[in-house]
Amino acid sequence: MHTTPDRAGRETAPGTVSDLDISKMRTIRTIPYGRILSVGLIVLAAFGIVRAFAMGDINWAITWQYMFWPTIMMGLFNTIWMSIVCMAIGVVIGLMCAIARDSVNPVLRGASIFYTWFFRGAPLILQLLIWFNLALVFPRLSLFGLFEARTVEVITPVTAAILGFGLNAGAYASEIIRAGLLGVDRGQFEAAKAIGMTGATALRRIVLPQAMRTVLPPLGNEFISMIKMTSLASIIGFSDLLRSVQNLYFVNTRVIELLMVATVWYLVVVTILSIFQQMLERRFGRGFVRRAQR
Amino acid sequence: MNGAAAATPLVSARIVGKTFQDFEALIEVDCDVMRGEVVCIIGPSGSGKTTFLRCINQLETYDKGSIWLEGELLGYRRVGEALQPLTEKEIARQRRKTGMVFQRFNLFPHLTALQNVTEGPIQVLKRRPAEAREQAMALLARVGLEAKAEAYPAELSGGQQQRVAIARALAMQPQLMLFDEPTSALDPELVGEVLQVMRDLAADGMTMIVVTHEMGFAREVSDRVIFMDKGRVVETGTAAELMSNPREERTRGFLKSVARG
Ligand SMILES: Nc1ncnc2c1ncn2[C@@H]1O[C@H](COP(=O)(O)OP(=O)(O)OP(=O)(O)O)[C@@H](O)[C@H]1O
Ligand SMILES: [Mg+2]
Repeated sequence: MHTTPDRAGRETAPGTVSDLDISKMRTIRTIPYGRILSVGLIVLAAFGIVRAFAMGDINWAITWQYMFWPTIMMGLFNTIWMSIVCMAIGVVIGLMCAIARDSVNPVLRGASIFYTWFFRGAPLILQLLIWFNLALVFPRLSLFGLFEARTVEVITPVTAAILGFGLNAGAYASEIIRAGLLGVDRGQFEAAKAIGMTGATALRRIVLPQAMRTVLPPLGNEFISMIKMTSLASIIGFSDLLRSVQNLYFVNTRVIELLMVATVWYLVVVTILSIFQQMLERRFGRGFVRRAQR
Repeated sequence: MNGAAAATPLVSARIVGKTFQDFEALIEVDCDVMRGEVVCIIGPSGSGKTTFLRCINQLETYDKGSIWLEGELLGYRRVGEALQPLTEKEIARQRRKTGMVFQRFNLFPHLTALQNVTEGPIQVLKRRPAEAREQAMALLARVGLEAKAEAYPAELSGGQQQRVAIARALAMQPQLMLFDEPTSALDPELVGEVLQVMRDLAADGMTMIVVTHEMGFAREVSDRVIFMDKGRVVETGTAAELMSNPREERTRGFLKSVARG
C-alpha cells in the first residue's frame, strides 16, 4: 500500500487528509509524447520543403535579380493602389448600404437589398467584362447633360477595374458592416440620443467605433482577397503584379523564378497589411479588454 | 420671477396615451411636476413606467394627449389647427433639457469615464475640450469618482458605472433628470452609493422623476409618489399618505407585495 509523507515527514495512510504542501515537493515531468511527435513531423516536413526548393531546378539568383525589376515594381504599385482605391470605395458604399438596409424608408431598404443581391450574385470576372464592354450597350455616357463623352474613352481597363472591384467590394462590405452595427447594443443608440445627439452624430461617435471592433477582422480579410483578386483584371488588360511577372516569363521562360518574385511581393504586402490591421484592432478594442490593474 | 411663471409646471403630461400595435401601454396619464420637485413612480412590472419616461425623453412617441416641457409642446409644432412633427434636430434640442439614467447604465464602453462625461458637452454643446474636461472632473468629483476618470466602464463596478452615468447626464445641464430603476441592476451593497448621489441631487434642488422600487428612498426624498398600474395613474400623493393609507385596493396590494419581496 502507498503512503504519503506529511509535513512532519510522517507517513499517512491513503484516504486520510494531511496538511501536505505541494510547493515543497519535487515534481516529476509527464512526457508529452503527442507534442514531441507533432513537432518532429512539422520540422521534418519543413526541412523537406526547404530542401526541395533549394536543390530543385530554381535559379534563386535570377529570382533575386528580378525582385526589383522596373516593370515588376510598376505591377506591384498598380496592385497596391488598385486594392486601396477599390477597398475605400467598397467601405464607403458598404457603409451607406448597411445604413440604408435598416432604414425606415422602404425604397432605400429595397435598393440596398437589390444592390447586395446583384453584386454578390454575379461572378466577378463577368462583372469586369461587362464594365469593360459597356460601350457595346451605351455608346455615349452623359451626366444630366453636364458632361458627355464617348464610352470607349471613359471606360479604360483602369476605370473598368475600379468599377468592377469597388462595386463588388461594396456588396460584401455592406453585409460585414451591417453585422457589426447589429452587434452594438440598442441601448447605446438611446443613451447617445438621451444626451442630445442626432442619429448621425450617435452613429459616428458611439455606434460605429464600437462596431469597428467586430468589423475589422472580416474587413481585413476582404482587403487581403482584394489584393489577390486584382490579378483577375489582367483579362481586361490591367497590368497588375502577376501580369507584369507573366509578361516577363513569356519572353525569358524563367517561369518559376518569376512566380517566386510575385509570391514574395504578395506575402510582403499581406504581412504589412496584417500588421496595420492589428494596430487598428488594438485601437478600437480599447475599453473592451480589461487592462491589468495598475 | 412672477407668480404665474413660478406656478407653471416644468413638465405636464395631459391625458397621455401610447399604444404599441394594439396594446395600450399608457392610458390617460396626467401628471404635473413643478420645478425642484422629486416625483417617484411605482407600480408593478408592465404598468408603463418606463414607457412614460421614454415618452418624456422622446425615445418613444406618444399618440394621445400632450406632453409639455417648460410650456413647450414635445415632439410637435402647432401650425394653426394642424400639427407638424419636429425635425430630428429640433427633437434633439428639446431632449437636451432632460437627462436620462437607464436601468442598465448604457455607458459608452469604448470611452473612459471622463470621456463618457465630456462626450455630450463637446459633441452636442460644442464646448471647448479643456473646458468640458474641467466641468466633467468636477461632476465626477461630485459623484465621488474623480479617481476613476481614466477607467473604462468595464473596469468599474455597477454602482460606479451608474454614478458615471448620472455625471454624464448632468454634464448636459438638464432642467429635469429621469431615472428608470437606477438601482435595480445593482448588487444590494452597491445600491446605497447610487441612492446617496441621487439624494444629494435632490437636496441641490434638481427636478427629478424616479421610477423605483426603493420605498425607503421614495419616502425619504420624494415630494410625491405616483402609483401606476396597467398603463394608468391609479393614485398619487405624498409618500407617507400613499404608504400608510392607500385609498385604492390595487395600491394596497402592490405595497404589500413590495414589502414582502
Ligand atoms: N416597444 C414595445 N413594443 C411593444 N410593447 C411594448 C414595447 N415597449 C413596452 N411594451 C409593453 O408596454 C407595457 C409597459 O411596459 P413598460 O416597460 O413601460 O413597463 P414598466 O412599468 O417599466 O415595467 P418594469 O417594472 O418591468 O420595468 C408592457 O406590457 C410592455 O410589454
Ligand atoms: Mg421599466
